[in-house]
Amino acid sequence: MVPPRLTLDGLTKAYGGLPVLDGVRLTVAPGEFVAVVGPSGCGKSTLFDVVAGLERPDAGRVLVDGVEVTGRTEPFAYMPQQDLLFPWRTVLDNTTLGLEVAGVRRRAARDRARPLFAEFGLSGFEGVRPGELSGGMRQRAALLRTVVQDRAVLLLDEPFGALDALTRTDMQVWLSAMRARHAWTVVLVTHDVREAVFLADRIAVLGPRPTSVIQELHVQLPRPRGLSVLTDAEFAAAEARLLAALQRS
Amino acid sequence: MTEPRIAEAPAAAPLQESHLPATTLHEGSFPATTGRAAGAGFRRALAAAAPPLVLVAAALAGWQWFVVATGVRPQVLPSPLRVAEQGWAAREQIWANTVPTLQVTAVGFGVSLLIGWAIAIAVDFSPWLRRALTPLLVASQTLPIIAIAPLLIIWFGFGLLPKVVVIALVTFFPIAVGLIEGFASTPRAATNLLRSMGASRWQRFRLVRLPQAMPSFFTALRIGITYAVTGAIFAEYVGATAGLGIYMSLSKNSFRTDLVLAAVIVTAVLSVSLFALTYLVQRLVVPWYRRG
Repeated sequence: MVPPRLTLDGLTKAYGGLPVLDGVRLTVAPGEFVAVVGPSGCGKSTLFDVVAGLERPDAGRVLVDGVEVTGRTEPFAYMPQQDLLFPWRTVLDNTTLGLEVAGVRRRAARDRARPLFAEFGLSGFEGVRPGELSGGMRQRAALLRTVVQDRAVLLLDEPFGALDALTRTDMQVWLSAMRARHAWTVVLVTHDVREAVFLADRIAVLGPRPTSVIQELHVQLPRPRGLSVLTDAEFAAAEARLLAALQRS
Repeated sequence: MTEPRIAEAPAAAPLQESHLPATTLHEGSFPATTGRAAGAGFRRALAAAAPPLVLVAAALAGWQWFVVATGVRPQVLPSPLRVAEQGWAAREQIWANTVPTLQVTAVGFGVSLLIGWAIAIAVDFSPWLRRALTPLLVASQTLPIIAIAPLLIIWFGFGLLPKVVVIALVTFFPIAVGLIEGFASTPRAATNLLRSMGASRWQRFRLVRLPQAMPSFFTALRIGITYAVTGAIFAEYVGATAGLGIYMSLSKNSFRTDLVLAAVIVTAVLSVSLFALTYLVQRLVVPWYRRG
């Protein structure tokens, strides 16, 4: 059996005596796409901060490929809710930021990011400022900045939350196709039930604060998924099961 | 002279890390409207300059009329035409005094920038220094420069040093505060993004906090530069061998009110020119930042 790529082993965290995470347990297999869904304010973002190594848990461990990495940032590439593309950098130089931080020379970093631009629908926009990109393009550039770091696990924190409905659907279809071509291991935090069912292999449902994983749902839909899957009976069933689980939480 | 400075310096603003949404970050990211045809730019500049010019012209006309109508003596109030005439006649003398003032301003403001940057960076890196220095920075602005400047002359003589001290004292504060607040305006999410990439404190400073602070720095620079010229004039007024300040002082003592006013006009032109220069520098240093 393949050891899990990512293991969250009883993560617990409190802020000022207020418990937020209460023993969160989750495993993610290599190449698996797991969505984490929970009621708003349940501590999803705190969970991500702890997993990404930005905050230390009070108890519990984070393991990658069986090795403890609690409080470390290197195994994770993190994509926050806001695109955070910096106006003083070109789109290309925004996407190479993580590589530059890691000590890759600017020239080499650009050579690594540039070939990805076509796949991310950003060809020809390498030299422009982020302000000239549309919302969807900005989000794709932010994702490019995330994946080009070549980390073990991608952590996506509501990446499409700020987009309008049409653009969001486009992005979801696009991400689904991208994911079919790449062996990314992804943890996606979202409060969008459809997004979770559409993108994920498995969905972890979080309970209210102090939160833990109260249920896991497998999404038995073929891959890659196109828009037609939205009308599939299994899609509707999965969506209903997820909604029911959230209601109980 | 010192009061408006204290009032305008954003001293009361909080120095802690703010949780502003990323809107500040994207201010400059909309397609610029500045790169249009040069003709449009010229017409806009003209449109911006016209209202103040009209006001100044009206004020000068009123002044001229008042002097002619009342027959007031030129030692008390010279007419604007007389100021222009006599100023032009004394142009060589005035120019000879303008150069030292410019030099003093440049050196003093350079020193002020150095001090402002050093303090702001130190404060940004050290919460302890922030707590230690913030009250002292504010206290430094309560010093009555008007009383201290003559002492500086006694201590340091009539040379460059006392003037540099006055200018630095007058201008380092808005620069330091502007930078400190600029650094602190970095959104927490941006800091976290950099941390998730494994960035060191220095990398976070260089890659995000420093560019983030530039708009705020240039605002502070504009406040500082206008005080730099008046600071120089003031320091010279108290005691100098050359410069517009001492020139005004001597002209006043010999009842040449017209020459005092001519030097005042030169001072104003100097300040406005330096002020405009900051926009040029901003264009060159932070081309990505354009205001609405």
